[in-house]
Amino acid sequence: MQNRTMEIGVGLFLLAGILALLLLALRVSGLSPTASTDTYKLYADFDNIAGLTVRAKVTMAGVTIGKVTAIDLDRDNYRARVTLQVGKAVDNLPVDSTASILTAGLLGEKYIGLSVGGEDAVLKDGDTIHDTQSSLVLEDLIGKFLLNTVSKEAK
Amino acid sequence: MRKTSLIDRIGLFGRAGIDIVAVLGRSTVFLFHALLGRGGIGGSFGLLLKQLHSVGVMSLVIIVVSGIFIGMVLALQGFSILSSYGSEQAVGQMVALTLLRELGPVVTALLFAGRAGSALTAEIGNMKSTEQLSSLEMIGVDPLKYIVAPRLWAGFISLPVLAMIFSVVGIWGGSWVAVDWLGVYDGSYWANMQNSVTFSGDVLNGIIKSIVFAFVVTWIAVFQGYDCEPTSEGISRATTKTVVYASLAVLGLDFILTALMFGDF
Repeated sequence: MQNRTMEIGVGLFLLAGILALLLLALRVSGLSPTASTDTYKLYADFDNIAGLTVRAKVTMAGVTIGKVTAIDLDRDNYRARVTLQVGKAVDNLPVDSTASILTAGLLGEKYIGLSVGGEDAVLKDGDTIHDTQSSLVLEDLIGKFLLNTVSKEAK
Repeated sequence: MRKTSLIDRIGLFGRAGIDIVAVLGRSTVFLFHALLGRGGIGGSFGLLLKQLHSVGVMSLVIIVVSGIFIGMVLALQGFSILSSYGSEQAVGQMVALTLLRELGPVVTALLFAGRAGSALTAEIGNMKSTEQLSSLEMIGVDPLKYIVAPRLWAGFISLPVLAMIFSVVGIWGGSWVAVDWLGVYDGSYWANMQNSVTFSGDVLNGIIKSIVFAFVVTWIAVFQGYDCEPTSEGISRATTKTVVYASLAVLGLDFILTALMFGDF
């Protein structure tokens, strides 16, 4: 009998371990088994992506529909080439959609927001979004503002 | 003639160095014999079960209780700092990352060294001093296989399981404080966590860490017991050594593992 309770105890212990792993996988890291299969790739060229990182989210109307999987520099025209992975559920993005780099809150992380265009043709796997709006660089903004005040004072 | 010459002192120094190398070699040979020697664990599943019970199940209470409290403290501290930046939603992310990457594996290993490691050392040391180990050898049973191997495997299996339970319980304790008490919105607690925690990066690396710690802590504990002087004084010294060496090894290894896993900024 002593042996039996011990067996049950050890069994419950290992079960608790498996359950903990499942919880960590599903609840804490938000891992879903089908996440990586039903997606397609889009590219977007930006003048400046300052602050955007790999794994940043891609949103449309505030809803997350994908993520950034790679950021490279295009050697030929010195622009940043961002690879986006978008869920297959959203496969009707018009070809003239706009991608802009936005900031969550004042000091929050950068993410990509897509806004819809008006064309009938839709973006397919491997297409490039040409209409882009770069990251807002605070230093540039301050620089412009200062220049503005200086030129006003000069008048 | 109490006066020791310079040569003697240098000799003493050298002997200490040789002793350290010898202990390292002896413990490695011991480990390989216990794990790989003659049939391994095969026929002694019942023994493993018994050790899993005393090493793993009996450590559950201390792990769960400290996990809850550490999660709660993390949430409380994180909240008080993050709320001054107006970003208290990030408390879930902070609690989860801290627990999964560092505190889960490390604190579990430290508690395990104190709770189960010292018990393993004392038990095997006592067997040695009462000559149970040599009696086993006399009747043709290999103590490495019968006594040591089940304890080693039980430690290797239990500690990662305990570490995962610790993290889960801690995250739950954190949500208790942050969501139910301090009023962080439930959805943002979990959503922020899921956005920032990755399975392969954070959860798996935490588990790898705890597997490494399990290996080191159990090895030290069992070897210290097996290698101790067979007197009551020797056993007490071996138990102390287990806790000290295991804790230092865990903390030192943690730095190296963290640098390897998360160091490529």
